[in-house]
Amino acid sequence: MSESAQAADPVAYIQHHLTNWSTSQPKSIADFNVLHLDVIIFSALLGGLLIFIAKKIGESLSLDNPSKLQSAAEILVEFVNDQIKNVFPHPDKLIGPLALTVFTWVLAMNAMDLLPVDLLPSLWTGILGLFGADPHHVYLKVVPTTNLDTTLGLALCVFVLILAYNFKSKGPIGYLKLFLFHPFGKYFIPVNIVMTTIEELAKPLSLGLRLFGNLFAGELVFLLIALLTLGAGFSFGLFIWFPMQVLLDLAWLLFHLLVITLQAFIFMVLTIVYLGMADATADDH
Amino acid sequence: MNITLTLIAQVLAFSIMIWLVNKYMWGPLNDVLDKRRQKVAEGLAAAEKGQQEQEVARQKIEDELKQAKAEAAEIISQAQKRAGEIVDEAKNAAVEEANRVKAAAQAEIEQEVSRAREGLRQQVSSLAVAGAEKILGKEINAKAHAKALEELTAQI
Repeated sequence: MSESAQAADPVAYIQHHLTNWSTSQPKSIADFNVLHLDVIIFSALLGGLLIFIAKKIGESLSLDNPSKLQSAAEILVEFVNDQIKNVFPHPDKLIGPLALTVFTWVLAMNAMDLLPVDLLPSLWTGILGLFGADPHHVYLKVVPTTNLDTTLGLALCVFVLILAYNFKSKGPIGYLKLFLFHPFGKYFIPVNIVMTTIEELAKPLSLGLRLFGNLFAGELVFLLIALLTLGAGFSFGLFIWFPMQVLLDLAWLLFHLLVITLQAFIFMVLTIVYLGMADATADDH
Repeated sequence: MNITLTLIAQVLAFSIMIWLVNKYMWGPLNDVLDKRRQKVAEGLAAAEKGQQEQEVARQKIEDELKQAKAEAAEIISQAQKRAGEIVDEAKNAAVEEANRVKAAAQAEIEQEVSRAREGLRQQVSSLAVAGAEKILGKEINAKAHAKALEELTAQI
């Protein structure tokens, strides 16, 4: 983004990159009049891509001679199945698709982070520029998981499911008992209520914030690395900074490969573990 | 970093994704995996069964071979016995025939001998009569001396 003078300002560059393409800019910390279009579009596109691939595999499912793609998908399903089998006390219909969705979708959304940070936003600015849009007000954030709405949205679903599973497996009274007598026994009921409430709320919060934090930080580091040659003209310094940027970018990219996979995996495993705990009845302990 | 309506949108999107993933990814792939597992198990079972059947068949072949060998030996020994019997029978028959031929020959000889003797006897009696006629010079009444002639021929 060296075409404008404004882009050469590091703070403005980063802020521009961290702003979503939205119906309007949010005015408070929770503003439900705002819709982040880029988040929705990219997550939906990636979800659609996953389902498209899945359908493609599904067209030619073979028992004896699976295609490479089918084998890969089978490995994935087996992998998720293993995770569930290790944790879940009872067979369950929902947890499998849920865990697989979390892993694949979150991984796909995370993987958007691997695209060069300026690629899609620049393209988008260029396209809208053709229609006379002001490039300073064209925003695009391509990684849905660097958005708090996405990660907390997923976490909220998991939280609701935790409640549902608790009610299903323990009954309302059993679940209430958990709040009253856990973890310190019947003589510390007020403490227990506070502790258990915090524990239950911390699950979705930590789930959502962990993913968000990791991906947001990753994105930010990419932006910082991009700053190295931001707006640089041709000069002697470029011979030092440019190779350095390439090296740093490569290093962070490789490291980030690990991060995005790990975060998707952690989100999935924690989802399974939380729901497994919720699904466990008193006699499972 | 704000919470917006996007949260609700993502909750909806996530729910739809779970449904879609279940329909197009989890469901079919798990089906395939289950079916394959079943097929492999069936294949292994069939292989096991095949091996057992082969073992049984081998056993059967061995048994039948043994039985066939025994039968063959039996047949051979019977044949040998029968051959011996046939040889014996033939020998006996030959001996019998020889005896029979010999007996017939002897009987014929004896018959010839007695016939010759009979002829001789009659010739002797007529010679004796002729001799006696010549000696006596007169005819002997054969009828009157028949008794004496018969006694004579019986003596010869």
